[in-house]
Amino acid sequence: MRTPPGVSEADFAAALGQFEAAIGKSWVFTSDEDVDLYKDAYSPFWGEAEERRASAALAPDTVEQVQAIARIANRYRIPLYTISTGRNLGYGGSAPAATGSVVLDLKRMNRVLEVNENNAYALVEPGVSYFDLYRHIQERGLKVWIDVPDPGWGSPIGNALDRGGGYTTHQFRNHFDSHCGMEVVLANGELLRTGMGAMPGSQAWQQYKTGYGPWIDGIFSQSNFGIVTKMGFWLMPQPDAYLTGTVLVPRHADLVPLVEVLNYLENSHVCNGMSDLSSPAMEQPAPPGAPPPAPEVVALINKAIAGNAGDLDAYGASKGLAAWSVTIKFYGPAKAIAAQWEYAKERFAAIPGTKFIDGELIRLPLTAEQRERLHKVEFGIPNLSIFSMGARNANNPTPTDGHQWFSPIIPRSGAAVFEANKVFAAAGRDFGLPVPPYSIPFCFWERSFLFLFGFPVTHDAAKNQATRTAFRKLVEIAAEHGWGEYRTAPAYQDLIMGTYSFNNHALLRFHETLKDAVDPNGILSPGRYGIWPKHLRGKHP
Amino acid sequence: MRRDIVRLLAALGVSVAIMGPALADDAAAVKAGDAVFQKWCAPCHGHGPDKPGTIALQALYKGAKPAALEDRTDLTPDFLKLYVRHGVSVMPPFRKTEVSDADLAVLTAYLMRTKR
Repeated sequence: MRTPPGVSEADFAAALGQFEAAIGKSWVFTSDEDVDLYKDAYSPFWGEAEERRASAALAPDTVEQVQAIARIANRYRIPLYTISTGRNLGYGGSAPAATGSVVLDLKRMNRVLEVNENNAYALVEPGVSYFDLYRHIQERGLKVWIDVPDPGWGSPIGNALDRGGGYTTHQFRNHFDSHCGMEVVLANGELLRTGMGAMPGSQAWQQYKTGYGPWIDGIFSQSNFGIVTKMGFWLMPQPDAYLTGTVLVPRHADLVPLVEVLNYLENSHVCNGMSDLSSPAMEQPAPPGAPPPAPEVVALINKAIAGNAGDLDAYGASKGLAAWSVTIKFYGPAKAIAAQWEYAKERFAAIPGTKFIDGELIRLPLTAEQRERLHKVEFGIPNLSIFSMGARNANNPTPTDGHQWFSPIIPRSGAAVFEANKVFAAAGRDFGLPVPPYSIPFCFWERSFLFLFGFPVTHDAAKNQATRTAFRKLVEIAAEHGWGEYRTAPAYQDLIMGTYSFNNHALLRFHETLKDAVDPNGILSPGRYGIWPKHLRGKHP
Repeated sequence: MRRDIVRLLAALGVSVAIMGPALADDAAAVKAGDAVFQKWCAPCHGHGPDKPGTIALQALYKGAKPAALEDRTDLTPDFLKLYVRHGVSVMPPFRKTEVSDADLAVLTAYLMRTKR
């Protein structure tokens, strides 16, 4: 059996005994067979000495049990690494950030405590998955939607605390932004409620986010300052209809005005869904499993990246392929969103040569046929179809063992997209890094673009080492240009935190000041998002 | 069938006692296993489009075996335990807070029901 770093075998045994007394022997996992289930299935260190491994796992069922665990852990200085459903694969899964930590598995705390249809909110525990919450709502026929990320087995709480996102409207697809109120077990076992929940007897915990005084909810995301045991979320009232419209522009340089109009429409909430950008002429982004563009197309792309897009534009014109396409999406009353699309067309028509494709107006709720045909997550329907990516299929006979993402935030402008592609193309060329011919930005977040570079994880250490080297190089190159990663697996959290270094790492130093104040023994998720307790600072692997 | 269920539970290291008296009944075990399958397996291994596990097994077996797990007649307790607890490719293992040993036992009963 592993022991946590700095903890004697005798103390660990004593702590485990007290954990068993607090939550029941069957929910304290110490055998190799059971603890191995907490490995990160997508670890980029798979099978190597640096792979993060737990020493034990605890699965409490109640808040009181979590409080008891925190008190015992403080007594014996046992590091606890909290997971909710442990399904943020590619971002660490159920493994700790620091080897030897005891995983605090909150999966059994899986109660949907309230769903309010009239005012559209929910209050849930950490072990509730998107599937669970969706099922709860559907079984009761409630006319509210949840916003889901690609894999539906994740936890609304865990995903929000990781600052993940989904696919419906602006207000809901940023999952941390859409939360309202938390309950948190602090390192000393004390219970805290934020927002209106801090007032005994409040009936508006999920109706007003900030309560009174400093709004501290943010410090419990991407961090290790507390154990979140309840969280409220605002839900989306079921809309009447959904509509898409596609805009096609003929020239590569048209991306600049295209993004300007798109920004106006999105920031005004004229279109409230997540827009999809693509380049038909460059055949990007390529669908999963698709072959790369022909060499002559890649040559045209490279000329465009270098600043000469004339030949690419001529190629597109000869093939009837637009330089850029953006599909914008609307949720709302059918008449209103039809009018909003007409208005959007007026704005985009200022770009010479623009063409439009009217999408299908979908009346909601979906029919069974529509549920199968349409992109489920855009309708708040949890599923796991994303795992087709990398898995074996007719076009991919050699499946991977997982994936990881480098996903920098890029300014929302055409010029920034051009500049970023110039930089990443050069990085690919100069360092042999696996970048696509052209990176098309994603519109997950309001006000910014997101680039996504996918890397396979394998069970071949040499391949994983090469991937990690490439990943780190891209992080460094991006940071040199002011483009920062928004979320990563523990393997890269110190690296990424190090790039947010303004004024001699003032932000990290503030995190550390907080850490020392609220968790002086450093028992909560040491190392998560680069925040280490004092006794491990500078000494961790 | 009852004897088969008890034998496979023993193979999985699960006593009938921990399943409770209701699940000691074959039909009840199969019904409970169906629920476990629908919750934990069907999103990837069910029938229909967009099921990554079914797509992967179709590509692997090319029709030599059914792609959907519920149509298989060759599954064994050891085989199911191996994949549930170890995963394969992009499929992760399942922890006991997700699929308990008792869940795995009834899941096995469900997926082996066609052997009756």
